[in-house]
Amino acid sequence: MTDILTLREPVATFTEETPPASIVRGYWQSVFYRLRHDPITLGFGAIVALIVLAAVAAPLIAPFDPYAQSIIARLKPFGWRDHLLGTDELGRDMLSRLIYGGRVSLLMGVVPVVIAAMIGGILGVVGGFVGGRVNTAIMRTMDVFYAFPSVLLAVAIAGAMGGGIGNGMLTLTLVFVPPMCRVAETATTQIRALDFIEAARASGAGTLTIIRYHVLGNVLGPVLIYASSLVSVSILLASGLSFLGLGVRPPIPDWGLMLSTLRQSIYVVPLVCALPGVAIFITSICFNLVSDGLRAAMDVRM
Amino acid sequence: MIRYILRRILYAVPIAFGVSIVCFALVYIAPGDPLETVLPPDATAATIAIVKHAYGFDKPLPVQYLIWLGHVVTGNFGTSIATGRPVILEVSDALANTALLALFAVPLAFVIGGTMGAVAGSFPGRWIDRAVTGIAVAGVSVPNYWLGIVLVIFFSVQYMLLPATGMGPNGSTGFRLLQWNSARFLVLPVITLAMIPIGILARTTRAAVAEMRNQDFVQTLRAKGLSEWAVTRHVLKNALPQILAVMGLQFGYLLGGSILVETVFTWPGSGFLLSKAIINRDVPVLQGTILILSLIFVATNLVVDLLQPLIDPRIRRG
Repeated sequence: MTDILTLREPVATFTEETPPASIVRGYWQSVFYRLRHDPITLGFGAIVALIVLAAVAAPLIAPFDPYAQSIIARLKPFGWRDHLLGTDELGRDMLSRLIYGGRVSLLMGVVPVVIAAMIGGILGVVGGFVGGRVNTAIMRTMDVFYAFPSVLLAVAIAGAMGGGIGNGMLTLTLVFVPPMCRVAETATTQIRALDFIEAARASGAGTLTIIRYHVLGNVLGPVLIYASSLVSVSILLASGLSFLGLGVRPPIPDWGLMLSTLRQSIYVVPLVCALPGVAIFITSICFNLVSDGLRAAMDVRM
Repeated sequence: MIRYILRRILYAVPIAFGVSIVCFALVYIAPGDPLETVLPPDATAATIAIVKHAYGFDKPLPVQYLIWLGHVVTGNFGTSIATGRPVILEVSDALANTALLALFAVPLAFVIGGTMGAVAGSFPGRWIDRAVTGIAVAGVSVPNYWLGIVLVIFFSVQYMLLPATGMGPNGSTGFRLLQWNSARFLVLPVITLAMIPIGILARTTRAAVAEMRNQDFVQTLRAKGLSEWAVTRHVLKNALPQILAVMGLQFGYLLGGSILVETVFTWPGSGFLLSKAIINRDVPVLQGTILILSLIFVATNLVVDLLQPLIDPRIRRG
């Protein structure tokens, strides 16, 4: 999983427009400045925004009811009687189901990552800052979960607990806590050894103050970047779980589940059957590129 | 050197124990009583107590774990509820089929991904670099089971060039690697499985090569008047250990993580076994397969770590 995150060179264009040195900027301001001048990240970020918007506004833009079945309209090709993207095996409108499907898929992509970032982040910061036995205990426990390939761990936990959206999210959260924790721990350990922490302590700052004002700000960057790169992994894993029957249950529209039920019909309407995968692919690639852009803008070496 | 090897092996032992505890716990995080499938619904309290005793469920959990561990260490993973065969046989048969896929997919990914990454890393910032980076991002973002379906639609449904599923008419027993009639069943699963490693290897190689080219020794080589080709050879040789390590890890990932692709192609490997076990709620198979696969993953990581100093003398001294 960590292998997916290799460095990408900062985009060359921003050096030409480096702001004049007289303007003093904060760190976050300079990050936003670089993001604003990175057309690739902006473009794919806009697609992500569109996908999110479509999912949120699904009842307004979906042309049909995503649950309305029709026996005569089963497995029709693109453009059949106002069904722009055809219909599925129960005669439901594909376009509407794809729009509604984004709701569950995005939810399963973002919620586990956010929760795991909070839990893993806290564990990592505490472990890294306290050090000693506490750190060893936390990190060795995480190592055990690290010893599973992520897909296998997700399948194992979801397979034991059974399907459903809630269990799926819980599973993915458990899968993402160990790597999150490791990122936070590494960053914290590096920060803790720096002189300014010593200086803060010498000037009388307590542990909580140091963590709040000096550590968190520096750990937030790596954690944020890593979390953003996990969103795409989470969407892929979630749809994979649904595909295996371990995630979302029918008839709720979900891209992975749609792919799984339509797989039987590839001999009838092959193009319609491939659509949910296209949605997963586009969403995942956009999140990945936005995450890469964020990494370049925040200039964090991991 | 020997200390490094010993330390690395000793480090793997507690991990393996931890993995076994997680696998043992899988049965207990499952909702409902694990005996529910065995007992009739109208069983009396006395019957329940007898069955519980027979299965050892009346003992405290740590004792149950140790008993289970004892069985596992001696190769006794229980019997499959669905087929009645010992779990160890089911898993070893399936694992051989998965290894067959991985043995082809990983070298394929190494050749394609490595070449792409090496070319991109040699021309950082040029169009070829951007193209490779784009393909690599697509490779790691693609839902590979969907890719499998698309390949089936294209090569099996539209053009009928390659078989869509399975291992041939007689399953794995009739499979002959050297005969095209059965080897052609490998083509689509191997390509599908190689896609994510291709993306990862292209990105790793690109980063490693680009970083290596910025090192001082490259400047020295150029100053000495070496040809561009000779410089590239030096750069690749220095970047290789890092790339080989990632490749080794990918092998472990493919052995454990091919469940989705195997399900799409109904390839009778370990992943397909898992997905069948999930559908049948076959807990002994689920538990045994996951334990064996994750232990193999731990072992692969260990082997990669141990082989690295052999390939890269810099680690030996460090």
